[in-house]
Amino acid sequence: MDGGNDRPAPMQPGHGGPDAGDTASDNRVTLRKLLVVTGLMFGFGFALVPFYEKLCDVTGINRIVKRDDHKPANTQVDTSRSVTVEFDANLRSNLPWTFKPLETSVRVHPGEIATVVYEVSNVAGRAVTGQAIPSYGPMLAAQFFRKIECFCFDKQEMAAGETRQMPIAFVVDPSLPSDVNTITLSFTFFEVAGRAQAGTPLATAAAPAGVTAPQSKIQ
Amino acid sequence: MQATHSHPAVHDHHAHAQPTGLMRWITTTNHKDIGTMYLWFSFTMFLVGGILALALRSELFQPGLQLVEPEVFNQLTTMHGVIMVFGAIMPAFVGFANWMIPLQIGAADMAFARMNNWSFWLLPPAALLLVISFFVPGGAAAGGWTLYPPLSVQMGPGMDLAIFALHILGASSIMGSINIVTTILNMRAPGMTLMKMPLFCWTWLITAYLLIAVMPVLAGAITMILTDRHFDTHFFNAAGGGDPVLFQHVFWFFGHPEVYIMILPAFGIVSEIIPAFARKPLFGYTSMVYATSSIAILSFIVWAHHMFTVGMPATAQLFFMYATMLIAVPTGVKVFNWVATMWKGSMTFETPMLFACGFIFVFTMGGFTGLILAITPIDIQLHDTYFVVAHFHYVLVAGSLFALFAGVYYWLPKWTGHMYNETLGKAHFWLSVIFFNITFFVQHFLGLAGMPRRVPDYALQFADFNMISTIGAFGFGITQLLFLYIVVSCIRGGEKAADKPWEGAQGLEWTVPSPAPHHTFETPPVVR
Repeated sequence: MDGGNDRPAPMQPGHGGPDAGDTASDNRVTLRKLLVVTGLMFGFGFALVPFYEKLCDVTGINRIVKRDDHKPANTQVDTSRSVTVEFDANLRSNLPWTFKPLETSVRVHPGEIATVVYEVSNVAGRAVTGQAIPSYGPMLAAQFFRKIECFCFDKQEMAAGETRQMPIAFVVDPSLPSDVNTITLSFTFFEVAGRAQAGTPLATAAAPAGVTAPQSKIQ
Repeated sequence: MQATHSHPAVHDHHAHAQPTGLMRWITTTNHKDIGTMYLWFSFTMFLVGGILALALRSELFQPGLQLVEPEVFNQLTTMHGVIMVFGAIMPAFVGFANWMIPLQIGAADMAFARMNNWSFWLLPPAALLLVISFFVPGGAAAGGWTLYPPLSVQMGPGMDLAIFALHILGASSIMGSINIVTTILNMRAPGMTLMKMPLFCWTWLITAYLLIAVMPVLAGAITMILTDRHFDTHFFNAAGGGDPVLFQHVFWFFGHPEVYIMILPAFGIVSEIIPAFARKPLFGYTSMVYATSSIAILSFIVWAHHMFTVGMPATAQLFFMYATMLIAVPTGVKVFNWVATMWKGSMTFETPMLFACGFIFVFTMGGFTGLILAITPIDIQLHDTYFVVAHFHYVLVAGSLFALFAGVYYWLPKWTGHMYNETLGKAHFWLSVIFFNITFFVQHFLGLAGMPRRVPDYALQFADFNMISTIGAFGFGITQLLFLYIVVSCIRGGEKAADKPWEGAQGLEWTVPSPAPHHTFETPPVVR
């Protein structure tokens, strides 16, 4: 670290000798290096975003709106125990929808495939796009709850006044710790701002069949 | 830039032609003038942040809502934090760096004198943005100084003003740090090797590197909030596939090094003062340098201990818990070195030494509560309670602020040419340390009993301790007006200070006259 700083040159009797010029150019070099570091660290802040997403994906911490397609180690249905799965529905951001599960709870054996249907209606006079985000209670249950099919995998575009029934199919992994007897699955629908008005190809593609362009024009 | 560099060579001819009055301060490139402005700016912001704190404590004097609405209370907590961290503590240390680093390493001025002027003059507009944000629709930022989404994404224009202010303050800090690193690396007097540097320069060199590394990360994080708010990005918006927890990771990647940015220069100041008043060289100088570096490096791998409750895997919790506890080792080395410096020293207790000793005692208590909070299962209990509030005020007020007071009293004779009033200085110390403990010690009990932080109202069982805390806070606040009086009367007059007013003081700064002339070390001193 000390390199280049011990000046062996003899002391000048005043200032402004050759030494001063050297220091000025040394300073400019240091300034440039430090500015590069500043720029790199600004980029690093943004690089943390894909890094975080990748890390969550690889470790499975945060795969909440993706299909759980990896095979469980044991496909056997464990009929020796039952787990109660409770369903909850919430709306956020003043989303002008109604949203509720048709059954509020089911009892399943670990390893058994179950399907539940949620009903959602758009009561607004305009098309609205929403995204459902699941959360689990207890938190530990999240990693044992495998969603095979879910409306939360895609953004849902709802035409004005449209009502739709949407399924979620899931399996509770048989390796669920034995002290967990009840899992609460809570969905919250968030409005995806700007989607419905923009009518981007992405939103249209994500919407299931049944939402057609003529329908959304009737208002 | 060229003019800046030729400045030391030509200033003799300019010295008499300097602008006077206000223009002197606006156009100055002199490190001492800029240091003085930094110190006055930070003291002003300290009073502003203090008034906000007293408003908070007044509301909390009794249970129930008496003085401010809950929304206003949230704005007051947020702005108290932002102003104290970015407006008071950080600029105060930069002020010390400007004044003392060139004097301690025998340089004529800072490396980039004009950039130095710009670094300072960015601060008042940023402070103005923060203050006027109280008067925009929706009021000032109210999501806490950590600016967590979703609140920070949903709030009114006050949040935009806070984000702009933080951008400006960050740019100022980065420029100040580049200046400090360049000055220390390139402009030391002949013979002043790095390992001969006063420890204050060492701690600031490391702090400046930390600032350059993490302030851009904060800039990135708040830029992401800004685009989430206005340009339809979804970095932190769950509905768009973003994740609010991501912000906490990015923020604390900045935020943990930031807390060491606020304490390392304080370690430096204390490491100057203890040897001076113990009349012994600092014990374990080399280990102090390595301990400071270790703390700085470790600060990059402990950030998630601020967010144990977000639901991270047990492995990650264990890693961050042990890494955090590891920091106690270099910090312990420093505390033991200070105590060993005092051992068998011929100690006298003038005000700087009182504040330095008070710093060690009270900062160590804050360090121990930090260790308690590092333990994951305990932290999950105490997260966001008043225990945390007590902890970080022990390290930030009794740590950073007491070290700043110690430094002011230590170098005030050099800055003003006068001795301050020793009796009043000692009174300032004793009143500060007593009222500080009245304010914050009881907050440990509140936190352990479960009182959450950032609430305007609370359950009845917390009433007594809150009343004690509020009384202490007003005592502490009023005591700081005594400090203002001591400093102002020291500037105006007082006993003439010798070039070296402290018998045991070491360092190049004591070889120049008191008050330090406008230009010093135009001819670099030779250090043997």
